[in-house]
Amino acid sequence: MSSNNDSISKTLIVVISLCLVCAVIVSTAAVQLRPQQTANKLLDSQKNVLAVTGLLSGGNVAQLYSKHIVERFVDLDSGEFVEKPANYDYRKFMKDPKESTRLSGEEDLASIKSRANVAPVYLAYANGVESGELTSIVLPIHGYGLWSTMHAFLALAPDGATIQGLNYYEQGETAGLGGEVQNPNWVKQFEGKKLLDAAGAPAIKVRKPGNASPDSSYEVDGLSGATLTANGVQNTFDFWAGSKGFAPFLAKVRDGALNNG
Amino acid sequence: MANAKEIKTVLFGPVFANNPIALQVLGICSALAVTTKMDKALVMCIALTLVTAFSNFFISLIRNHIPSSVRIIVQMTIIASLVIVVDQLLKAFAYDVAKELSVFVGLIITNCIVMGRAEAFAMKSKPGISFLDGIGNGLGYSVVLMTVAFIRELGGSGTVFGVEILPLVKDGGWYQPMGLLLMPPSAFIIIAAFIWILRTFRTEQVEKA
Repeated sequence: MSSNNDSISKTLIVVISLCLVCAVIVSTAAVQLRPQQTANKLLDSQKNVLAVTGLLSGGNVAQLYSKHIVERFVDLDSGEFVEKPANYDYRKFMKDPKESTRLSGEEDLASIKSRANVAPVYLAYANGVESGELTSIVLPIHGYGLWSTMHAFLALAPDGATIQGLNYYEQGETAGLGGEVQNPNWVKQFEGKKLLDAAGAPAIKVRKPGNASPDSSYEVDGLSGATLTANGVQNTFDFWAGSKGFAPFLAKVRDGALNNG
Repeated sequence: MANAKEIKTVLFGPVFANNPIALQVLGICSALAVTTKMDKALVMCIALTLVTAFSNFFISLIRNHIPSSVRIIVQMTIIASLVIVVDQLLKAFAYDVAKELSVFVGLIITNCIVMGRAEAFAMKSKPGISFLDGIGNGLGYSVVLMTVAFIRELGGSGTVFGVEILPLVKDGGWYQPMGLLLMPPSAFIIIAAFIWILRTFRTEQVEKA
């Protein structure tokens, strides 16, 4: 029996048919479950947006989201609102050569190689969208840390400069060291700081742990044992607050682009 | 089909008498990683039990046709496919937990329990009993994981399944959580204590010096 099993033809038949069966099972599972998974991802992203604005109060995420949040799309070069592009997927667009801009070495502060031409921003209304009273602007930011691209939402006050919250919702840094970027106590430091200085230039400075001046509007403490991750956070802020990032949009915000809704 | 006594041995033997973690010391990698919260650990246990049971079943089903020269690869293919299916299911139906478990679901592929049972049991037993052997070993794994998770979550966060049992100092209670329990090394200590207690009562498990 075993000698028969070990013949080349039998081996090939068993291996190939096994691979076919397994391939069919795996791809069926992946395709069948995709809609459900996409819905979960969307819900998760909505939850993160709500969390960074402090509007996540328990209850149905989708309902809270539609009550408080409006998603708009910004052309990053001009800073103007644009219509949602067809088949929009921010994660895909940021790498798609047709939909993104390659960043040259000196532009690419956050080591992300390219960035999408159109980025989503989320406008939050604490008293409900219909009140028309804008309470925060949430920007998606990302940048390379030590091991991984760290994705975060940054909530700004309607003045377009004061930070209300920061939420690193996806990162693969060293657990316990760089992974602490997710620690609520650490990101809390950013609350009330100014993303931009009076001239509109990127101003957040991540200092060595313990060196941030408490009176400064711009300085935060880094992470002990995670200098490179902290540098990554610094670079992320430098890039996204800069001219290739959201600076044109934020300049328009300061000029009152959001005042008429 | 085997008789009732054999079924019982296969199914419940691995829980204490022949525990895959405590006696065979297999699969402790994930036991360190996913035991900070009981709900996480529970999902991991269910995933591992299902994968072990079904991989045992399928491997046993085709055991007489597996060429011995490529048998490990054949086993791995079956195990890997099952793990991917479980991972996809978790992402679809238990997204939050799946996100926390992240790579550890994928790492079930390399969990020694699955591979070990496939090679040691399923390759020479009938499908039905192999399936039960998978469930049994999954149970054995689960008992250890849930015990470790219970101690770590209760001591480290003052909760059980997310329900507050010991009010924490930072929330105005009296319990100062033990940070060590949230770190992976604490699982080593707890598993070692588990083995120690188990071997105190089941002296036949003690290796000869």
